[in-house]
Amino acid sequence: MSGKIKEKGMEILFLACALASIAAVAVICLFLFMGGIPAIGEIGAGEFLLGRKWAPQDVPASFGIFPMILGSVYVTGGAILLGVPVGILAAVFLARFCPRPAYRVLGPAVQLMAGIPSIVYGFFGMVVIVPFIREHFRRLGAVNGSSILAASILLGIMILPTVIGVSESALRAVPQSYYEGALALGATHERAVFFAVLPAAKSGILAGVVLGVGRAIGETMAVIMVAGNQPRMPAGLFKGVRTLTANIVMEMGYASGLHREALIATGVVLFVFILLINLCFSLLKRRMD
Amino acid sequence: MKDKFQIEGLDLFYGDFQALKNVELSLGERAITAFIGPSGCGKSTLLKSLNRMNDLVEGCRITGRVLLDGEDVYGDMDVNLLRRRVGMVFQKPNPFPMSVYDNIAYGPRTHGVRSRARLDGIVEKSLRDAAIWEEVKDRLKKPALGLSGGQQQRLCIARALAVEPEVLLMDEPTSALDPISTSKIEDLVLELKKNYTIIIVTHNMQQATRISDETAFFLLGEVVEFGATEDLFSMPKDKRTEDYITGRFG
Repeated sequence: MSGKIKEKGMEILFLACALASIAAVAVICLFLFMGGIPAIGEIGAGEFLLGRKWAPQDVPASFGIFPMILGSVYVTGGAILLGVPVGILAAVFLARFCPRPAYRVLGPAVQLMAGIPSIVYGFFGMVVIVPFIREHFRRLGAVNGSSILAASILLGIMILPTVIGVSESALRAVPQSYYEGALALGATHERAVFFAVLPAAKSGILAGVVLGVGRAIGETMAVIMVAGNQPRMPAGLFKGVRTLTANIVMEMGYASGLHREALIATGVVLFVFILLINLCFSLLKRRMD
Repeated sequence: MKDKFQIEGLDLFYGDFQALKNVELSLGERAITAFIGPSGCGKSTLLKSLNRMNDLVEGCRITGRVLLDGEDVYGDMDVNLLRRRVGMVFQKPNPFPMSVYDNIAYGPRTHGVRSRARLDGIVEKSLRDAAIWEEVKDRLKKPALGLSGGQQQRLCIARALAVEPEVLLMDEPTSALDPISTSKIEDLVLELKKNYTIIIVTHNMQQATRISDETAFFLLGEVVEFGATEDLFSMPKDKRTEDYITGRFG
């Protein structure tokens, strides 16, 4: 009898824990939308999302976040372009080519990458990537080095552990029978891996890429340190840019009134982006299973 | 009858365990040879040594010779070329997760065929030879994994045929299939015998008597008896063979 009560008690405890995390998401959603939606209404959704001028201190003030939306999209796109091919090939190497002794070093190294704080990445970008661009791309229009390119390279590096980790497990989950089937037809190891195993893992790898996109678009600290953060329309690969995340964190400290609400609304936009990305991820995952 | 494979003094070890002991066999060209015996007797292991799929097993060590048309497959022979000449059909159908067409075209593409027209021709011929063309001709672009188990296995046979092998190794190809699919595959194998050397591992002794010309009986890594299928099943020379085929063990 007491066993039954204990079991019921534990069940309630587990339920409470599950509800707590759901509640956290719900409350965040609620307050974010409550804080942001009125500002969007006041500014006008079209003006807010597509306005090209962000000048909250001007009279009259302008609250157009289109430059920052583009900034986030460009920087994330650049990160994908640079990080995804490297990440996928690295995963192929780790899953199918890496000798075991080397894996004992490389596997943990990739995991360690995921654990490095973003401020450290940002610091690396500031002292290595930014000066490099400043010195080598001056003729192409680089001014001080803080640029879309710098942010893309840095984010490309930062999404590597995500892309590698998910892709590697997807590759390892491919049944060995595909690999053997290819070999039995006279395929080399390389051909069997790239043309039988890799295609079989593609939805898992795509899921890894989507997760990487989520990571890149939400990254704040490292991006601020290398992107330049000018609130203007992106003007080129070597020019500075401001992302949605940077917009919020740079001005939140002193903003008040409609300015403050507009920043919260920027958060709403970011949140919607992340929701869409997660939706893609779940759809892909379902297809994978 | 000419010999396609000659196996001479073959010993095979998995680590310290000896899986095959001094195997001596000659397998006839354009004939069907069946390997029978209880689970773990080494028949699949021997099959996999013929196209060196055992190379994938860690700690696998082989001594002795396996001659394909007189040439040692463990000598200088290129292993990918060997596997092209000696195709394999696995126990569980393993089509790639791509379209029917791409499954068949995988082998030819691997070996450098790029022309669309040639690939189309190879795909159709292979599917016809594997007696599955009529069933899939309208769904060549559909995923191969959508086919039934029996169709998948015939697709795998077609895929193996597409690289024009000389030998077809079949590792219990019907053990995962229903009786109707099984009989289709058996008919197909008998048809393929005209052009290919076929070596089939089977647990099903009726299957061995129905389709094979010669049979080898394995026990604990040794070939106990090898001979014409008819003789082996009607008047086995060895007591152990008799015990096995009359169902006293195994």
